[in-house]
Amino acid sequence: MNLDGVNNGIVLDHIKAGKSMIVYDYLKLWKLDCCVALIQNCQSRKMGQKDIVKIDELIDLDLDVLGYIDPGITVNYVKDGKAIEKKHLTLPETLTNVIKCKNPRCITSTEQELPHIFKLADNEKRIYRCIYCDTTSEATY
Amino acid sequence: MQGNKARSVVSILDLSTDEINNLMNVADEIDKNPEKYQDKCKHKILSTIFFEPSTRTRLSFEAAMLSLGGSVISTPDSSSSSAAKGESISDTVQVISNYAHIIAMRHPKEGAPVVAAMKASVPVINAGDGGHFHPTQTLADLLTIRRTKGSLSGLTIGLCGDLMFGRTVHSLIEAMLRYSDNKYIFISPNELRLPEYMRDSLNKSGVEWEETSSLEYAVPKLDILYMTRVQKERFFNEEDYVRLKDTYILDEEKLSTAKKDLAILHPLPRVNEISTAVDNDPRAKYFYQTLCGKQMRMALIMMLLGIK
Repeated sequence: MNLDGVNNGIVLDHIKAGKSMIVYDYLKLWKLDCCVALIQNCQSRKMGQKDIVKIDELIDLDLDVLGYIDPGITVNYVKDGKAIEKKHLTLPETLTNVIKCKNPRCITSTEQELPHIFKLADNEKRIYRCIYCDTTSEATY
Repeated sequence: MQGNKARSVVSILDLSTDEINNLMNVADEIDKNPEKYQDKCKHKILSTIFFEPSTRTRLSFEAAMLSLGGSVISTPDSSSSSAAKGESISDTVQVISNYAHIIAMRHPKEGAPVVAAMKASVPVINAGDGGHFHPTQTLADLLTIRRTKGSLSGLTIGLCGDLMFGRTVHSLIEAMLRYSDNKYIFISPNELRLPEYMRDSLNKSGVEWEETSSLEYAVPKLDILYMTRVQKERFFNEEDYVRLKDTYILDEEKLSTAKKDLAILHPLPRVNEISTAVDNDPRAKYFYQTLCGKQMRMALIMMLLGIK
């Protein structure tokens, strides 16, 4: 893996090709002042093609959001140009305010301040259920 | 009255099988010896907050608390409650937690009692949330089945009518799945079939189940027939309601092929899905079901208040 260009920061590797913009949006990386690089369609022995996101700062990442978008992503923390920690993601058990319940009969449709919380119901099928009304939402990314 | 987080019952899944069995045993005791229970909840207050019209369930809760010697505070209907002024459920139940020892709540939105249970410092009982769950109706259904059939196992159960929005159906299925050797026949028009999450539960549990649109086909096979009303308030579209409301009407002719010891249940209110001529049939248990409901609510209130 090429860590060039990141001295103290985070490299998100093994992102499915084409998903780096989704990662960028969901993690709100546009809010950062530091250098952020999106590399699309890199050659990968394992995946054929992949995307990479490089963040030139050690920020707090929402790993639940990342795991939801693509549990195959590897998170590499880099300090002084060296990888100091590598994290493999899984589908998170709970998602808070990542997806919204689409059931018009759900209490979240009228009580706007309620957090939209989903629990993982089926790991294989990547199905989440609203904790309030049990409506399912598939992890579609 | 505020303090530690209280235990609530939002779904039938909040009660273990042992607890359900124990509640039925207490209800049987109440039936045999009501005087013994008449002061059990003295100085305790139940608040019934109903954001959706209901006669039967609210009266049942209130009768249950009064039969235990407790008191009841209530709002006449949702239009006169603070919700009409835009107050959130969270705020409402935090206030009521200071007035009452236990809350029974009905709300048209699915999941509203989950929010109430999270925020209230006293126990919250879900008295029905939209098309979602209605656990105390299920407790009534279970007791009725146990008393009329002698067991909750080894039965063929037919559920008929609105299986999509019928919350009583969903809760009853979840509960009956805990008891062994039961088979299920779901009788509904295509548009009102069981929702996906209930199919998931059935498939995961590995029970035998089938679907049909023919009540005549199912009736001879059944030990229990659970009829439901097609509920107007669950439809966004009046035309769909009108088209589907008269799909199933149980009458004496349809019952001619039924088993002699069939038990016919209905969560009530009935509109026209059971002919009134069936009321005199000894297999009709739906009015008896309401007595079972009151006794189970008494047992549940006592359990949640920690009263033995």
